[in-house]
Amino acid sequence: MSPARVDKQEEVKMKKSVILGALSVAGLSAGAAAAATLDDVKARGQLNCGVSTGLSGFSAPDADGEWQGFDVAVCRAVAAAVLDDPMAVEFVPTTGKTRFTALASGEVDMLARNTTWTLSRDVDLKFEFTGVNYYDGQGFMVPKSLGVSSAKELSGATVCIQTGTTTELNLADYFRKNDMDYEPVPIETNAEAQQQYLAGACDVYTTDASGLAATRASFENAGDHVILPEIISKEPLGPLVRHGDNEWGDVVRWTLNALIAAEEMGINSDNLAEMAEGTENPEVNRLLGTEGNLGEMLGLDSDWAQRAIMAGGNYGELFEKHIGEQTPIGLARGLNAQWTDGGLLYAPPFR
Amino acid sequence: MTSLTDPPKESFRLSMLIYDTRYRSMTIQIVALIGFLILVGWLISNTAQNLVDLGKEPSFGFLSEPAGYDINQRLIEYNSQSSHFRAAIVGLLNTLLVAALGCATATVIGVVIGVLRLSKNWLVARIMTVYVEMFRNVPLLLWIVFIMAIVIETLPQPRDFRGENPAASMLLGDSVALTGRGFYIPAIEFTNSVTATGAEEVDAVVGGSLDWLIVFAVLAISIFAIRRVRRRADRIQEATGLRPTTWYLQLGLLIVPVGIVFILLGAQLEYPALRGFNFAGGIYMRNSLIALWLALSLYTSAFVAEIVRSGIMAVSGGQTEAAAALGLRPRRVMNLVVLPQALRVIIPPLISQYLNLTKNSSLAIAVGYMDLTGTLMGITLNQTGRELETVMLGMLIYLMISLMISAVMNWYNNRVKLVER
Repeated sequence: MSPARVDKQEEVKMKKSVILGALSVAGLSAGAAAAATLDDVKARGQLNCGVSTGLSGFSAPDADGEWQGFDVAVCRAVAAAVLDDPMAVEFVPTTGKTRFTALASGEVDMLARNTTWTLSRDVDLKFEFTGVNYYDGQGFMVPKSLGVSSAKELSGATVCIQTGTTTELNLADYFRKNDMDYEPVPIETNAEAQQQYLAGACDVYTTDASGLAATRASFENAGDHVILPEIISKEPLGPLVRHGDNEWGDVVRWTLNALIAAEEMGINSDNLAEMAEGTENPEVNRLLGTEGNLGEMLGLDSDWAQRAIMAGGNYGELFEKHIGEQTPIGLARGLNAQWTDGGLLYAPPFR
Repeated sequence: MTSLTDPPKESFRLSMLIYDTRYRSMTIQIVALIGFLILVGWLISNTAQNLVDLGKEPSFGFLSEPAGYDINQRLIEYNSQSSHFRAAIVGLLNTLLVAALGCATATVIGVVIGVLRLSKNWLVARIMTVYVEMFRNVPLLLWIVFIMAIVIETLPQPRDFRGENPAASMLLGDSVALTGRGFYIPAIEFTNSVTATGAEEVDAVVGGSLDWLIVFAVLAISIFAIRRVRRRADRIQEATGLRPTTWYLQLGLLIVPVGIVFILLGAQLEYPALRGFNFAGGIYMRNSLIALWLALSLYTSAFVAEIVRSGIMAVSGGQTEAAAALGLRPRRVMNLVVLPQALRVIIPPLISQYLNLTKNSSLAIAVGYMDLTGTLMGITLNQTGRELETVMLGMLIYLMISLMISAVMNWYNNRVKLVER
């Protein structure tokens, strides 16, 4: 048997989505990437939204197999605004490694998947971040029994880290800066990290602080684990779309802004119907489409924002429902409060 | 005479390309080749054009930029400031390491299982059949994940070794620690290293590797000397019919020179010890390496066993009977008559299994073993967004490794082939 024949018989095993992604970037969809995603979504009657493979509170399927969470809510709001149906979303679970290929190749229309906005992703990877839905930072979680109280004491530790993320780079920088050694254990998904961490295969799990809280909430004995006080990076997480399709980018950006602005203006799912009748506040009227033609400018109809808010409520309601202090995740608003309350949320004016 | 029977010289006409059977097949082939080349050219130019439209011109410049991430298992010096290229090399070496370890173990286990499966002992033969069917018929990925889960979940963690009454303790006189994070075994350390006296820059580059080079060189010379002793024994046996006893000479030649080198270099064992969060010192075999190595070896050995069995069965029974009739004992029949002939049948499919194992090692990512797929086609791809370049480079490297393995194995196959006249 000649070597060439032997080679033909075998297959190089590889991540399917990477190959598919690379091929479709190479061959087909590159031309379509610049074309109107908005028209594609409308024609398809369904939004393809990339989410994580499961991070409770942000995006995870519930007991009925229905996707729930803070990131999922952004997808539902966009689907409601564009397609008038918050359920018309096909959720595509992506890992830290496959997410960008999935978006670049057109497999998904948008990513709402705790993804950090960085310059190189925005510029070099050719994506468009459409805003920030959660201001986060990277933290460390350790078992209480280790007796560690600061990240500075972690020299020599074995650290579980999701591969293909900014946290991987921050971690390398942080330990280098503080002249400490560590043993990285690269893992693919949050679920694997959880398993390895609980089995003791790593001393420390590091990811965004919100992710740590969400992960810890799903532990049997959440109290046995502490999140260290150090936050070693800025992680503005937000939805993103492909670069070059500005119309679609605008739709996603302003849907998110509508949710934030709704909270600021006091519009919630309870009083939405009442407010939509028309109010004395012109900005509320413009947002809800009873005045002006903002929806038309976006290529949508005038009720787009009403539907987006109706899908799950305004930003504050979504936060409380999925990750707020009443939930097992128990995150405080902190940086994610409205600017009027001392937070960083600041939606540009609707006019 | 000949001038009369010769057909008249035909002049070449263009229509003959289609209507003349002598040229037709060539015409078709050339047209097909041109069509194929056009198709390939179109695919390449289309890809390049689309990437340019996306603003992602193919470029390999990213390889020289700092990688920014750390790799746990590195056979050469590497840190997060090293380039993506160096990260790829670290990954490549990890791939080669697990492939070499896997091929060696798979061959040893496979040959043993294959021979035992032909055993006349009913129980042994059946157990080997169960082994082969079990490992051959479950996907490799499941074996990798399964072994990893067993290692992580069942073995104690370093923290269990701590305290007054530790839940776990080290084995073999406190020299080996089996933990869920991997195995810590003693390492050989040279206190009298030949390079230690040299300049520091040299130490950083060569490190302890020069010591090992000396050890291996001495070992090679010893093996050469042993072969000379054996040849001499063969000659004496042929001349006189009596074979001189040489085993003590062979054993001495193998052990004494290497032993002297070890003593001269001041070799001593460095034991792993619990320090801080983990064990330190000694050799650390990560759980990912163990899971991948074990799964690849066990899985491939099932195939190798079948290849060995088919090779042995291909040697006609008459050979065994003839050898037995000459008075050879069963073990010598196997070693001197059957296996040398079986090798001709065994080697070609064995090449295929080595290639398979090497390529299957790319499943490493399932357990976070940082091989070529994990570094170049994993983290580097993700951090730079250069899907096409990294995947193409990765495919090219795997292709080259495979071709090299086949070249070496084909050379070996030609050597053991039956010389036919």
